[in-house]
Amino acid sequence: MHTMPPFTTTIFQGETWTMKNYLASKWGIIGVGAIIGVLAALLQKLGNPGNMGICVACFERDIAGAIGLHRAAVVQYMRPEIIGFVLGSLGAALATKDFRPRTGSAPIVRFVLGIFAMIGALVFLGCPWRAMLRLAGGDLNAIFGLLGLIGGVWIGTMFLKGGYNLGAAKKTYPAVGLIMPLIMFGFLILALLYPMIPGQAQNGVLLYSLKGPGAMHAPLFIALAIGLGVGILAQRSRFCTMGAFRDLILFKQTHLFGGVVALVIAAWVVNMIFGPFHPGFADQPVAHTQSLWNFMGMVLAGLAFALAGGCPGRQLFLAGEGDGDAAIFVFGMIVGAGFSHNFGLASSPKGVGPHGIAAVVIGMIVCLAIGWFMRKKRA
Amino acid sequence: MSTTVDARGLSCPQPVLDTMMAIQSTTDDTITVMVDTEASKENVSRAASGKGWKVQSIDEINGEYTLTLIRG
Repeated sequence: MHTMPPFTTTIFQGETWTMKNYLASKWGIIGVGAIIGVLAALLQKLGNPGNMGICVACFERDIAGAIGLHRAAVVQYMRPEIIGFVLGSLGAALATKDFRPRTGSAPIVRFVLGIFAMIGALVFLGCPWRAMLRLAGGDLNAIFGLLGLIGGVWIGTMFLKGGYNLGAAKKTYPAVGLIMPLIMFGFLILALLYPMIPGQAQNGVLLYSLKGPGAMHAPLFIALAIGLGVGILAQRSRFCTMGAFRDLILFKQTHLFGGVVALVIAAWVVNMIFGPFHPGFADQPVAHTQSLWNFMGMVLAGLAFALAGGCPGRQLFLAGEGDGDAAIFVFGMIVGAGFSHNFGLASSPKGVGPHGIAAVVIGMIVCLAIGWFMRKKRA
Repeated sequence: MSTTVDARGLSCPQPVLDTMMAIQSTTDDTITVMVDTEASKENVSRAASGKGWKVQSIDEINGEYTLTLIRG
């Protein structure tokens, strides 16, 4: 029987390669960063907590609380932004033939990295996105978090140079790539079936905060719409806050870094015009002033992000475009939020939790071991 | 002669890292890089251009990309 040769298309041939995907170009990513910065500041105006217009770690932690994986009463809310990120990314990926179902690159390692990424982020009180937004709002504690992030990513690049590699993922069924988006869709259904009732801490299966950051949120449909928009833009542009620093350190490449700088400047400008902007260390929203642990929490988180290949936001966008390993990292973070609040690892505005320091030390040992032992000898 | 980098299935930043290593170590004038995501295709192209190499062609076979890079 005659077999057909594989179908080959030459999609480029010539002298100068130019990016067809405009959002992934230099000005594309800067524009996306700026739009995210503006939308995040806007979400703060619309009800999200201070300097927390968008915080992937905090919002996944709130989702963990909403479904009862932890019982910290002040941080329980089904955040529509996270749902929007995954579904927006899925939509963009499907529309541009970028939906690539794949999995199998050391899922258990990615799960553990997700757990410690969340533990580290909650010692600082924010993911890299929030670190930028805190800085843009004048919270100078964020400087220690950002320095920690850079330090953690730097350690990660050392392992990458040394041959750290979690192995190749394999192509899989489209249905596998749809699992994470479907779970997020399920979360959305729950949020619509059991909406918040003022003064009530629970509706159906969902828990709601009556006070604290979990009680502060923009209207559901606006938050969802902004989440979808950011999901689309970030999927196309490959926006990644960890990658921004990693590429700068590893390749001296400023491409992704441009997006991060744009985010900070845009959010800062909006804060300066519409407020609030309170420069200083003390009395910042949802923040503590223990500089060493602001730093160390983000060293741990930054290392975990670098070893997993993306910041928490990027992992959501990858999960939306079919990456099952990124989806596992996301679940690691959600479970890590449960550990953080059940075991007193997460910080509060009063300072680090009773076991936060021990958790950072254990997390560093685990992540360093992952980086050290999971190396391939270079040919 | 040509050097081949097979970065299919590898997650970020492995395809770029492997390409950069090949650019640094090879004496060949052509490097063939195989990747299987759009993002990796863009990242490898961008990194190679940054190192003064030219993307001569990109072929797509069943959703996988083969990039041919030539020394600039």
